[in-house]
Amino acid sequence: MGLSNNNVSNTSSAPIPRGEAQNAELKVVTDQLGDKGFVVAKLDRLINWARTGSLWPMSFGLACCGVEFMQVIAARYDIDRLGMVPRASPRQSDVMIVAGTLCNKMAPAFRKVYDQMPEPRYVISMGSCANGGGYYHYSYSVVRGCDRVVPVDVYVPGCPPTAEALLYGIMQLQRKIRRTGTIAR
Amino acid sequence: MDQQALTEIARHLDSALGDYIQSPEVLHGELTVRAPVESLERVIKFLRDDSSCRFEMLIDICGVDYPERSTRFEVVYHLLSVSNNLRIRLKVAVDEEGAVPSMTALFNTAGWFEREVWDLYGIYFTNHPDLRRLLTDYGFEGHPLRKDFPLTGYVELRYDDEQKRVVYEPVKLTQDFRSFDFMSPWEGAEYILPGDEKAEDAGRKGEGS
Repeated sequence: MGLSNNNVSNTSSAPIPRGEAQNAELKVVTDQLGDKGFVVAKLDRLINWARTGSLWPMSFGLACCGVEFMQVIAARYDIDRLGMVPRASPRQSDVMIVAGTLCNKMAPAFRKVYDQMPEPRYVISMGSCANGGGYYHYSYSVVRGCDRVVPVDVYVPGCPPTAEALLYGIMQLQRKIRRTGTIAR
Repeated sequence: MDQQALTEIARHLDSALGDYIQSPEVLHGELTVRAPVESLERVIKFLRDDSSCRFEMLIDICGVDYPERSTRFEVVYHLLSVSNNLRIRLKVAVDEEGAVPSMTALFNTAGWFEREVWDLYGIYFTNHPDLRRLLTDYGFEGHPLRKDFPLTGYVELRYDDEQKRVVYEPVKLTQDFRSFDFMSPWEGAEYILPGDEKAEDAGRKGEGS
């Protein structure tokens, strides 16, 4: 009774590449929907699929990295196609992209914004300054890495990283979510 | 800029304010005037209101630290005359304990600049309506642009999971700040590499024997 979806070939958590296999899989699902009106799937995989497909980033541009972040949002790299819509409120976002130098004065506010994000939440540290202080490592006013303040999932190196590098970092985060594969974080 | 006009202004200032300023000079096409702290207010008022000066815009106030001088700090005022398209620089020397009168009564914008100078150099401005720190962290100690302020400061910051807040700790660097010498040894770099201290002496002895 609709359980036939479980015996399809794909048992790993990785997505099926485009081609014959994917078409076959999709056909099974579509047939099932047309035939019985419902589909049975694994809950954790479904949730991870939903999570990776709609990672809403918190816009947190602190310095020049913010400009590369804007490039990723804009038409050329267009992260909307990954289901990523930049949000202005931490309460609506899933991932915080720390784009730029985190200063001492900003740190309490930064932590507050992170605390306001609902679980599950992820952090991408973008650029040398956010990764470890970078150019300002020896400065009296800069936090030496944003991982002193919040736990970080993905570090994107570069000064600033190119838009492609950030996009790759985002895809690595999706991969991480998919492979961790838990419902509760 | 117009050298002729600047020289004229300099001569005019010398005749009108001779007792209050020290030798205006035109160097690299820029007019610089020095004044003692006591006459600062009068000089700036004159520069703003005099019909041939008309420096009606205050561009910037900045501080400079000269640790080797007896009067340690210098406060530099940049003024612009929009009507005459001329600029002037006014320098005032001040001690660590000394204070400079605030220019907020003459220029509203001076308030911001003076707060910045106070924050970064610790030069006090009398009669400032709201002399607080401007740029550095809340509760910051010290004045970072002074030459005796260490580059890395005194405190660093991290989030404490138990206290659930950001805490300040004394600075602990895993690697010291390094100053790189990019001069090539072929171009006569004048430093001795570690381990090479005795090499020169030995070489000289070798020549002698």
